[in-house]
Amino acid sequence: MLESLLLAFLKIGLFSFGGGYAVLPSIQSEVAGPGWLTEDVFARAISIAALSPGSIATNGATLIGYRIEGLPGAIVATVGIILPSLILTILIAMFFYRMRDSKWMRYVLYSLRPIITMLILYAAIRLLGMDADIGLNWATIATLLIIGGAVFGMLRYKLHPVLVIVASGLTGIILF
Amino acid sequence: MFATMGDTAKKLTELFLIFLRIGPMTFGGGFAMIPLISEEVVAKRGWLDEKEMDDMLSVAGSAPGGVGVNAAAFIGYRRAGILGAITAVIGVTLPTFVIGLLFYLFYSLLEDNIKVQAALKGIHGAVIGLMVTTAYRMSKSAIFDRMTIGLACLSLLSLTVLHLNPLLVISCGTVIGVAYLFLEEKLGRRIATESRRKTKVKKEAIGPEYYI
Repeated sequence: MLESLLLAFLKIGLFSFGGGYAVLPSIQSEVAGPGWLTEDVFARAISIAALSPGSIATNGATLIGYRIEGLPGAIVATVGIILPSLILTILIAMFFYRMRDSKWMRYVLYSLRPIITMLILYAAIRLLGMDADIGLNWATIATLLIIGGAVFGMLRYKLHPVLVIVASGLTGIILF
Repeated sequence: MFATMGDTAKKLTELFLIFLRIGPMTFGGGFAMIPLISEEVVAKRGWLDEKEMDDMLSVAGSAPGGVGVNAAAFIGYRRAGILGAITAVIGVTLPTFVIGLLFYLFYSLLEDNIKVQAALKGIHGAVIGLMVTTAYRMSKSAIFDRMTIGLACLSLLSLTVLHLNPLLVISCGTVIGVAYLFLEEKLGRRIATESRRKTKVKKEAIGPEYYI
């Protein structure tokens, strides 16, 4: 059981591009296939994973592993999803620093930068879309206000990100 | 010999502690970690400059897996080699592993608490703000000519409207961009692979000092 869990999450880690929410569909298909989890247990685990600090994909793996096989399952799933990206990132970093000044690396970076910028923006849009009751209501307006305040505070006053997070949490208690 | 070993151990401990701190503070996934990582390693410690951070993010973001984990591995590698990468990744994962499990176990308590829910909603907004800020900062060095504008629009459209796989968008976009530069070069046109705006901003920043 633990071995197939490890294999499943190694596979997810290796083929999950785009981070966070982009990884969730592949987790879902991998764990739904063998019938390890029902749909609603999966949804619940994912929403808690998104609420917890840290990477959503990794948290998702931890909680789903825990749900399937207890603490050993949680450890195996977490290691499984991280290991491929750790190894690949080390290889890429080695390559990057060796090739950094070459013409082709500059060409690749020229192309990658705008794409990754939009990938980040896309992740932000998806996160906004996660709010269940999006529309012209108080919750949406309050969220947009907080987003605007956070962006303004960080760009204009160079506020520390943690300060922004704490202030937004407090604002949330007042607004929602 | 002992001095270098001590040095490495010191570097690894420092890396571990930095990433241990970053993990629990980042609600909302890997991209939300980037401003914090940047604050620690660029602004505070100067291990990387802003441009290297952007390049690092571009490369780390196109590798598989979570961006937070990849960025940790990349910076760890830059600072202290393979051991550094492993240390940073363990540091960034360990606290969130424990906190995630605790959240899961105590979720029934949190679920009913209106104040906790409201605070989390506020944090949710802040996280989106952090990501927009990251994208905006990066766009300044990333998007500066016709081709980079085109690549940006094309990627955003393929992701949001066409719902294409990020891997497909990354690989096709890179091929298009590299092919474009290669052709331009063959045609003998002058090409710029970096934004020139940054140097301009620096000059402006220095400017006022002349008047003081």
